Amino acid sequence: MRTGHAWRRAVALGVALTTVALTLASQVPARAQGTPRVVEITAKRFEFTPKEIILKQGETVTLRLTTEDVTHGFFMKALGIDAVIEPGQPTEITITPQTSGSFTTICDHFCGEGHGNMHMKIIVE
Amino acid sequence: MSDRVDRRSFLKIAGTSLGIGALYSVAPLLGADGEAGEVARTLWKRNGEKPKPFSFVQLSDTHVGFSGPPDPLGTRAFERAVEMINGLPHRPDLVLVTGDLTHDSEKPGEHAARMRQFKEIAGRIEVGAVHLIPGEHDAGLDGGALFRDAFGPTSHAFDHRGVHFIGLDNVSRAKPEVGPEQLAWLKKDLARFPTSAPIVVFTHRPLFDLKPEWEWFTSDGDDVMNALAPYENVTVLYGHIHRHHEHAAGNARHYAARSLIFAFPDPATTDDKKPLPFDKDQPFKNLGLRIVGEPKARGLAPIRPTINEVELTMREFSGTVGANQFLREGAY
Repeated sequence: MRTGHAWRRAVALGVALTTVALTLASQVPARAQGTPRVVEITAKRFEFTPKEIILKQGETVTLRLTTEDVTHGFFMKALGIDAVIEPGQPTEITITPQTSGSFTTICDHFCGEGHGNMHMKIIVE
Repeated sequence: MSDRVDRRSFLKIAGTSLGIGALYSVAPLLGADGEAGEVARTLWKRNGEKPKPFSFVQLSDTHVGFSGPPDPLGTRAFERAVEMINGLPHRPDLVLVTGDLTHDSEKPGEHAARMRQFKEIAGRIEVGAVHLIPGEHDAGLDGGALFRDAFGPTSHAFDHRGVHFIGLDNVSRAKPEVGPEQLAWLKKDLARFPTSAPIVVFTHRPLFDLKPEWEWFTSDGDDVMNALAPYENVTVLYGHIHRHHEHAAGNARHYAARSLIFAFPDPATTDDKKPLPFDKDQPFKNLGLRIVGEPKARGLAPIRPTINEVELTMREFSGTVGANQFLREGAY
């Protein structure tokens, strides 16, 4: 009988631990999928800050874009990025890059004399 | 594209690049019969212009108002190009300027003054008509308002001696695009013509993805080219990239003109989009114009344009290139 009780206690403890573990496991991915990492990018004539961001292949991230002065564009065709950043109105785009590489991302909304060289890098590892 | 003259085609376009722009010659196949002959007769009747050989020049990216290390000479190349055009033994009928006539300025009144300066220099060109479309430095900041005040509409179409010319604006929406309204206008404009009509599109940015990371593209360029796809004789002339480039897709041939201010490097050789440095010994190196002229051969000559390169030089800065312009046979 003792052996039987001990066995039942062990099973009950195991079930409890498994339940906790499964609950935690289910919560972790749920948080990751629901709230992707947010990367802040600021535009001002004629540069982006930061000049480079590093993402992971397959990782879903939200790029939160703001401008400190005029309207800017944010364009990188291979990553499916084509956004407009209006003053006083943050723009959020969510991407899941599937290909690794270095992607030059440009302002494609003409913003003045230095517009042609306003760009940053998105590195996907 | 076939290298043989299609019997339905009645015009041939050949080009010569002068390094500061381009001169084009257009020669109707006057003996054409069938649909081609009908097109010629219809255009003649409509416009009172008998299709006959003519040439025109493309200039681009004069950037009036720019003066800096890549080109401290300002408008000198533009003015030299005007001299060259006026000195051509066979005066072209037209000059097309494919954008960035001026360099933008946000100082009050300065950009308008640059537009007036462009107008003054271009006014010296002794040809029948000068047709302009804007570049982003002309129209990107104000939606083309200043350009329209100075020069008129940012897009337009016209017929000249059997060739239909279409000036497209892919800059004044600030982003590199033509936009749905202009696309609808283009389709309506094209609907008047049979597919054999020779069409010259002139615009600022390339209508294909040449180098999107350098903003060398038009986001709805595919829509434009799809509208033009049924037409058998389409030549697209553009600027923006400040270097010569040729591209063929479907029935269309695309030609980029050199600028009249400074050159950009070949994007295949560098990721750095910086103007090529000024060479005081060859101040107009890599600058130029393009002339499209009459093809040398008739009959079974290719109907696609032929390009001849001509370097622009300047008498007082002739350097090692030589004091005179010279012709060199191009790739076609």
